[in-house]
Amino acid sequence: MSGIRYITTFTDSTKPLDLVEYCTLGGMSGLQKALKSESKQVIETVKQSGLKGRGGAGFDTGRKWESLAVNGDRYLVCNADEGEPGTFKDRYIMERAPFLILEGMIIAAYATGAHTGYIYIRGEYPDVARTIESAIKLATEGGYLGENILGSGYSFNIEVRIGGGSYVVGDETALLNSLMGNRGYPLLKPPFPTERGLWDRPTIVNNVETLSYVPLILARGPEAFAAIGPADSPGPKMYSVSGHVREPGVYEYPMGTTVRELIDAAGGVNGTLKAVQIGGTAGPVYGVASLDYALDFASMRKQGGSLGSGAVVVMNSGVHMSQVLEVTMRFYAEESCGQCFPCRYGTRQLDFMAHQLAAGRGKTDYLDRIRETAHVMFGASFCPFGQSVTLPINSLLDNFGDEIVSFVKQQQFLKEVG
Amino acid sequence: MHDAKRSSSTPVPTAASILEKYPPERDRILSALHEMQVRVPGKSWISDEELAETARHFNIPLAELDGVVSFYALFSRKKRGEHVIRLCDSLSCRICGSLDLYHHLRERLGITRGMTTGDRRFTLEIVNCLGACSTAPNMMIDDRLVSGLSVAEIDTLLDGFEEVES
Amino acid sequence: MNVALRINGKPISVPSHTSVLEAAAVAGVEIPTLCRHEDLLPKGVCGMCLVKIDGQAGFKRACVTQAEEGMSVNTSTPDIRQIRRGLIELVLAAHPTDCLQCIKHGKCELQDLAEKLEVRDLRFDQYTRGLPVDRTSASIVRDMNKCIGCGRCVEVCNDVQTVGSIFFHGRGSDTIVSPAYGTHMGDSVCTNCGQCVVYCPVGALYEHELIDDVWTSIDNPEKMVVAQVAPAVRVSLGEEFGMQPGDLTVGKLYAALKTLGVDVVFDTNFSADLTIMEEGTELLERLQKGGPFPLITSCSPGWIKFGETFFPNLLENVSSCKSPQQMLGALTKTYFAKTRNIDPSRIVSLSIMPCTAKKFESARPEMNASGFRDVDYVLTTRELARMIRQAGIDFATLPEVSPDPLMSSYTGAATIFGASGGVMEAALRTAYEIATGTTLEQIEFADVRGMDGVKEAAVDVGGTTVRVAVSNGLGNARILLNRIAENKRAGKESYHFVEIMACAGGCIGGGGQPLENTFARRAERMKGLYREDRTLPRRKSHENPEVTQIYADFLDHPGSERAHQLLHTHYVEREAYPGLR
Repeated sequence: MSGIRYITTFTDSTKPLDLVEYCTLGGMSGLQKALKSESKQVIETVKQSGLKGRGGAGFDTGRKWESLAVNGDRYLVCNADEGEPGTFKDRYIMERAPFLILEGMIIAAYATGAHTGYIYIRGEYPDVARTIESAIKLATEGGYLGENILGSGYSFNIEVRIGGGSYVVGDETALLNSLMGNRGYPLLKPPFPTERGLWDRPTIVNNVETLSYVPLILARGPEAFAAIGPADSPGPKMYSVSGHVREPGVYEYPMGTTVRELIDAAGGVNGTLKAVQIGGTAGPVYGVASLDYALDFASMRKQGGSLGSGAVVVMNSGVHMSQVLEVTMRFYAEESCGQCFPCRYGTRQLDFMAHQLAAGRGKTDYLDRIRETAHVMFGASFCPFGQSVTLPINSLLDNFGDEIVSFVKQQQFLKEVG
Repeated sequence: MHDAKRSSSTPVPTAASILEKYPPERDRILSALHEMQVRVPGKSWISDEELAETARHFNIPLAELDGVVSFYALFSRKKRGEHVIRLCDSLSCRICGSLDLYHHLRERLGITRGMTTGDRRFTLEIVNCLGACSTAPNMMIDDRLVSGLSVAEIDTLLDGFEEVES
Repeated sequence: MNVALRINGKPISVPSHTSVLEAAAVAGVEIPTLCRHEDLLPKGVCGMCLVKIDGQAGFKRACVTQAEEGMSVNTSTPDIRQIRRGLIELVLAAHPTDCLQCIKHGKCELQDLAEKLEVRDLRFDQYTRGLPVDRTSASIVRDMNKCIGCGRCVEVCNDVQTVGSIFFHGRGSDTIVSPAYGTHMGDSVCTNCGQCVVYCPVGALYEHELIDDVWTSIDNPEKMVVAQVAPAVRVSLGEEFGMQPGDLTVGKLYAALKTLGVDVVFDTNFSADLTIMEEGTELLERLQKGGPFPLITSCSPGWIKFGETFFPNLLENVSSCKSPQQMLGALTKTYFAKTRNIDPSRIVSLSIMPCTAKKFESARPEMNASGFRDVDYVLTTRELARMIRQAGIDFATLPEVSPDPLMSSYTGAATIFGASGGVMEAALRTAYEIATGTTLEQIEFADVRGMDGVKEAAVDVGGTTVRVAVSNGLGNARILLNRIAENKRAGKESYHFVEIMACAGGCIGGGGQPLENTFARRAERMKGLYREDRTLPRRKSHENPEVTQIYADFLDHPGSERAHQLLHTHYVEREAYPGLR
């Protein structure tokens, strides 16, 4: 399979803040098409494309826009709080094609009737925030933002908001909560943000990559987009490939590309392949069998996992899996917001046990306890973060449990025989 | 956004002058806190007085504002060194050598995670994914991403900080 | 509009907008909870109330899920039981194991839940936070090692009381509840109302106990312990001994104190009547002078600290009268000492209160008009109950006894002080008769009674329409005070007389009251006080013979110089954002 050039048409540009260059590459043509049609038609177009949210949840974007409650003020929020380990495609798009995101936001705002938009950028991307702010300024000067956009009569303004450093704030309700100046606790759903979001107003929250595809769907047509990849999860996808590959980076490939094809595109494995984590830290760790898995939402669900953000982390035989468990559990413990009991207490115990195991210590029943804790968190956690812990845990223990246990036994032996 | 470097001739803004740029609405709190944190060159924390003034400005109880600050990993309510080093130890960085960096920094600076050097120049923190995994291992020094550098290159970078300040 | 659903197969019908949790209760099924409290908003953080709803993936939290038409709910599948068990073990692994020394032993919701879930194993590694216990507040102790992060105190302090002295801090398993970093309860804006203590399910927040100090005084033959008891205590103490909220146990209350070894028992209701004389006079003076209005009552120390912190520009409106507790304390060490020829330095002034803020009040530096600490120790209703149990006294079978004369007789007006609206009603009963010189026939003012947050009334006092307002709970105080402040700024008049109580329901809902201190129980206790009022021969403060006596023998007249010296006080402005130098 070969790469596909949708977003990468723009991210390959060497002049990310040159609006003329952007338009030469085809930028703003999607917006112009959108403004010539009814907002309802724009929603239809996006629905026809079958675009699914690219942040991780994979919800149908057109349907999300359509479900927005229609009375009074509403908001559009771009989720640029990319925090899933192994994921860097949003940074990539924001640094190299800032106008593409803005164009996507303007079209989305027009379609849904929002006049104020926010782009919530994680606090660890200050340079990215500066780029986006410059892009907003230039776009406003160019008549693409502000009052009476391109003479259409529609007005839309975007403001940048900066995060403070928290992974869970990538969850849409937690993001809105944080934007409103609170601790980043996820909130109960229902009500969904489309009913009651920012300041209790209907709100659309979309990921950077999702919004970046919108102008291209408008410009090149929804049919072309829908024809790429599998029917239930169409379009190109910006995969983030990192770890032990020769050319780690962002690869725009059709949805449904296999792991093998993607690793080949990234220059092949550095060393002998041992494991692959798909979807981010909150994703399963597979063995070599995963080479044949197709990287789309439905296929990954069938494998008991999730495509998530489309992060693919490749591990060679030099990686000891108890390290992977330890790093993963520490991530969960450090990023748990602490609101609900199962996750707050569960992640602490998981972190402790994984740490012990990686240090070659630990009780014989730790593996069972780890699974049990994950099961409690899966059933009782308040939000998908806590619920997701079974993905890395069950896969690691199923595929690599022996390795983790034998390391402990080895250390115990060495300790005992002196 | 905040600038890490400021020339010594620029006067240090007061907390009040920073706050008056922000309408007293809650969605501006995080941005105001970021700016407050680096109000003075070489400062990277939020003091009691700054917190109280910010709380008063935004009309939010002191305990609640401190609660918000304490939730987010980038803020500190304790003094930190002039430069904050944030070393990523998430999976991609770990398998691409974050521990080599950690051990080197530990040796060079003589501190471990969360500590500040005796000369108050550097604070070392371990953080989670910085979103630049393809050029791992990653760290940030203040608001600058330092990605894919070797140990030697990082030494040169740190030497540079020390020269400027001495 | 009702919805029909099945709980564990049993069909029931409930009004729409009922939660699955409440619906289950209707079906006679108890779903375990931990973070939930009937008086507060459901949070859904503990995960104990998980249920399985047919056709819906995963489990749902019954407390925040609305019962819907046709739902079929299973509250106790094997998986749910396993998850609940694992969950409580996780909580217990992070909780100190010193139950036997803990103040909440036997009254702890975590203990109760562990028992309900039949925990037999603690399979996880135990750990504690190792944090120091915060004893800087005169009223409330914080032990964050025991905090389970249910969030009730955060909701109560910030959303209900609108004080904001504590909030969640940190993240993940390091999350605790605390004032701002680097500060403690004692130097925060905490008003000491103790509502956080009321709702804390475990021993993370509790009253600052003074039982041992009181025992020491009682056991000291040199010392003469003189006690006073608040109105609210007499309809609440019984709950600690198997009686109902609202049951009047005043005779037993006196008897218990005597049996414990207290030398003299007076009644705060006496000084409540006295307060009405002083404050009624203040009100009439303002009515004559034309202001400043409104006159605001001053017997709730939680409200006073709240006013000093958040509404310093309304302090000039607050009555200069001390609270009945402080008045009686000052008089104990002067009037009582003089009358009985006792050296006041021998006297230990003890008060039994429903209130945690009274501990702070008694320690206020200016409360020494007698030349000594006017009140030495304040014990909450709960602490008194503990002392009674420590002494092995069987409260329920105590014979009724009388208090000591001089400062213990009271009218119905005094006893209703313990209910929100009571001070207002008492003041109106007296002010009316003194101002008009006629008898007030309709002495019950229903408009100012009850649990509503802000109550208003207009009373004809000899041709003048006196506008009054009553608020209970500090959140409602804030609403009322904002209204008053706004009117003041606009030069408009709002009310003539305002009663503010820090706790919902008034003193009977105080931070020191028997747990459970639910709104439902507070309503019952209030009824008990109004019942007592109706049984008393005298129901207006100015009819109290001991009050007449004290003016004749000692104070001369309300507002006299001696009255001002002993019975009146002043207030201080406090920092709303402590930390600004």
